[in-house]
Amino acid sequence: MLELSHVHKVYRVGAFGGAKLRAVRDVNLTVKPGEVVSLIGESGSGKSTIGKMVLGLTRISSGSIRFEGADVSRIRGFSAKKEYYRRVQGVFQDPFSSFNPIFKADRVFSMIRSSYFPEMSDADWRDKVLAAIGTVRLDPENVLNKYPHQLSGGQLQRLLIARALLLDIKLLVADEIISMLDASTRIDVLNLLGDLKERGLGILFVTHDLSLGNYVSDRSVILRKGAIAEMGPTRRVFENPLHPYSRHLLSCVPQLHRTWAEVDAELAANPPEDVELPTVADGDDSAPLVEVEKGHFVGIDQN
Amino acid sequence: MTLRVNDLKVYYQTLRGDVHALDGVSFDLADGEIMGLAGESGCGKTTLGKSLIRLDGRMRHVDGTIELDGKDVPIADDRAMNPFRYHEISLVPQYAMSALNPTRKIGRMIDELLRARGVRPASVAEELRRRLELVGLDPDVLNRFPIELSGGMKQRVVMVMATLLNPSLLIADEATSALDVSTQRSVAESMVEFRDRGYVKSMIFVTHDISLVYQMADTVMVMYAGRIAEKAPASTIINAPRHPYTKMLIGALPEVGTTTEDARLEGIPGTPPGLLNPPTGCRFKDRCPIASEECSEVPPLVEIDPGHWAACWKTGR
Repeated sequence: MLELSHVHKVYRVGAFGGAKLRAVRDVNLTVKPGEVVSLIGESGSGKSTIGKMVLGLTRISSGSIRFEGADVSRIRGFSAKKEYYRRVQGVFQDPFSSFNPIFKADRVFSMIRSSYFPEMSDADWRDKVLAAIGTVRLDPENVLNKYPHQLSGGQLQRLLIARALLLDIKLLVADEIISMLDASTRIDVLNLLGDLKERGLGILFVTHDLSLGNYVSDRSVILRKGAIAEMGPTRRVFENPLHPYSRHLLSCVPQLHRTWAEVDAELAANPPEDVELPTVADGDDSAPLVEVEKGHFVGIDQN
Repeated sequence: MTLRVNDLKVYYQTLRGDVHALDGVSFDLADGEIMGLAGESGCGKTTLGKSLIRLDGRMRHVDGTIELDGKDVPIADDRAMNPFRYHEISLVPQYAMSALNPTRKIGRMIDELLRARGVRPASVAEELRRRLELVGLDPDVLNRFPIELSGGMKQRVVMVMATLLNPSLLIADEATSALDVSTQRSVAESMVEFRDRGYVKSMIFVTHDISLVYQMADTVMVMYAGRIAEKAPASTIINAPRHPYTKMLIGALPEVGTTTEDARLEGIPGTPPGLLNPPTGCRFKDRCPIASEECSEVPPLVEIDPGHWAACWKTGR
């Protein structure tokens, strides 16, 4: 459904834009319907840039992004973009800044109606909104007709997902949507993503938190400095990380039942087998992947 | 006993009345203890951290006492607190980026800070360099501006700076929350190292990340709606929590290795109560699955096992 091939993003930086910063380097990945793909990386790994490029919020430098067969990275014009956003929507990190505090929170729904469904009758629209709110497991009594400050972060975040669902979307880009939520409400939003997946929605889940990426996703992509370090089925990536960088990352994640010392001791006792990583010549900015086992790829080592 | 907090009440003054952010908090912190302070946002954990060092304009000390190394800490008196600040009680804030003055080189900033607290910079210069090296920083950072350092480096500079005079108590408020996982680990490990070397006597580590607390803290205190829910050794809180809130909170945390296919975790239904007019009795009773009539009385914080305290009617027996 969504297909990124050889996507690069180069920012011009420095006083006169003379220097270049490669934020995304030769990324290839796909998202199928009914699949959650986690993009995991530390700050500066390019994970959010990929999300923004898919949403058309920033241009790609080279390569292509295809959605249902059509190249969407070079969509021009208001109506073409509007059609694209009917099928692809994003939800972002900070739910509090996504709402205008002066208006009631459900204004986001009426804005969708005025731009996408102007001809729908009031009763039909109301049913549609209630259905979307039910899907995100909110009680309409508690959330409609309220101002943003009267709702919790988890409720606001779920309202934004409900807003996206009004549009019959096929792909949701979820950029760090739970980083600002409390532990007790985080899991509700994650479970909601699981429900949406079962309804056939493709989700690109951008996160820096490895345990959250693991909980909900089918496939995981670990990014480092803009290039893919490792990509594969989530279970395999977490049980058998092949790239040295993924191993390092996993050993640093605070776990609930094992201390760092225990993880280190275990790693030292059973040192993982090294795999041969692909290499590129100096000056070559491609980032080839090698398939080590079925569907499980490792990428180049960058220092 | 390094720190003893007794029935501390701190309210925020607002136009609509007092917000009961801390409502009767009592606990002890032993020498050399790192205590993790966890809870949802708005439970009062940051307020507790701030109350121990400086009350801002909206905060009002209503009741309760704080004792540090046997001395009374006069938190309500801003001026009388000055001898304690930095010398005895120190703070590592969440965003080191905003804790450092962008217009000063780091060395000069530390000199100014020391002079403001009546310490000659030369007397600790040697120690400062040694500690920077200990946390893996080149002493050359003293000649740099904050903008030249990465987030993790800045966080370590702030940590060295905050503990330079060997305070009795260090309050770290979400000190590693803004960092990447690998940087987070090294900063957290340096904090434990500082405690082991006696640079700080004891530490309160405020965080929302319980799995991080388990890695470094000796004890964990869980707060809910301005009160203490449970305090116990870290492994007890994770493996055998007794308070229903703690149980549900631990149960809602996804781990590396759990997926939706194995088992679906459950969140805690409902939201924490507003503290402008806090409910009577146990504050968790509206979200608690085992609440009953006795919960309309405030449950006292009792020691159910040695070192294991919980405030719930159902755990006391």
